[in-house]
Amino acid sequence: MEPNGIWVYAITERVDLTPVAQIRGVGGRQVRTVAAAGLTAVVEDVGLAEFGEEALRRNLEDLNWLEATARAHHEVIDAVAQQGPLVPMRLATVYSGDAPIATMLTERGADFRSALRRIRGRVEWGVKAYADRQPEASGDSAVTAGASRPGSGAGAAYLQRRRNQLTAQKNARRETLASADIIHAELSRYAAETRVHTPQAPQLTGIKAPMILNAAYLLDSARGEDFAAAVAALADQHPGLRLELTGPWPPYSFAGTGGEGGLT
Amino acid sequence: MTTARMMQPGAEAAQAYGSSLGGGQTANLGDILERVLDKGLVIAGDIQVNLLDIELLTIKLRLVIASLDTAREVGIDWWERDPWLSAKAFDRAADGRDLERENQQLRERVKELESGRSNREIPRTGRKSRGT
Repeated sequence: MEPNGIWVYAITERVDLTPVAQIRGVGGRQVRTVAAAGLTAVVEDVGLAEFGEEALRRNLEDLNWLEATARAHHEVIDAVAQQGPLVPMRLATVYSGDAPIATMLTERGADFRSALRRIRGRVEWGVKAYADRQPEASGDSAVTAGASRPGSGAGAAYLQRRRNQLTAQKNARRETLASADIIHAELSRYAAETRVHTPQAPQLTGIKAPMILNAAYLLDSARGEDFAAAVAALADQHPGLRLELTGPWPPYSFAGTGGEGGLT
Repeated sequence: MTTARMMQPGAEAAQAYGSSLGGGQTANLGDILERVLDKGLVIAGDIQVNLLDIELLTIKLRLVIASLDTAREVGIDWWERDPWLSAKAFDRAADGRDLERENQQLRERVKELESGRSNREIPRTGRKSRGT
């Protein structure tokens, strides 16, 4: 296969490829670098039969392919991130040659450098909160008295019960969302920057309980333990929620260079 | 009214990530997809792959997310408020491209998604039996 595309993983200052040598990238090759303007792009040569525009359109719809590719992309970025700050690229950033990559590094050099400064010495942690409650059960205990009320038939009792149930559910919802806000506010105190992501679908998480918070925190590397302790304490304070901590991640959620807008 | 099932977040973190320092295999696929598809830096221009394809894929994942009854149950509308999906983001994604085609593809995807969960509460227009 004749590779004529170049897959870009991340932009960093410099990288030692030795620890990355045994990792195979998305196309099964070793990664290499393209350097310009004091910056280094970590890249892999990929064949356009698999990674060209047409092929990608097909392949991205194939969940098995997508999973393998996403994991390979992440694995390289993760390994390189152990060495220093990097700006991770979105999946499927494919260039036609080294020269345009060098041009990109040169033209956007100032942006990249400021992003790398922002990220240096920091890692991303993810916190998700699931509402671990059973809506069906809620409200039941509060109602069973319905039938004893004089003159109310089974229908009225049902309606009353239903109304109480709905009220209880609404209150539970409000409480749950308020807890998520409190947790996020508390955890934000540890972070240099935060991002709130869309909650993930159960199809993706494999967990039935609805996700009500999905946030990312950019922390100084040394604060990881404090942060984990804070998450544990918050889990104790909010027994209706299940908290999940993941990390440290490469700073995917904070890859935008300079403020919210990013580079695009 | 609430169940108190809890995790030890510290232990979870160690499990979810600790062993991934050299591998990444144990990290949750949803987390990885979310990050590599949606969060990494996007560079427009001079690349081989039409960005639109990726945008559409992430939109699709988001539609799956947004279509969940459970999420709606707790009143989540972050999806709608997400600046990424705001009109501006759409404009940016479609900049210089065929908006018509994008819309068409989106509509198809929405239809696909909806047909996949037809037993849910999607309002369906009553199907008229046509004539005799």
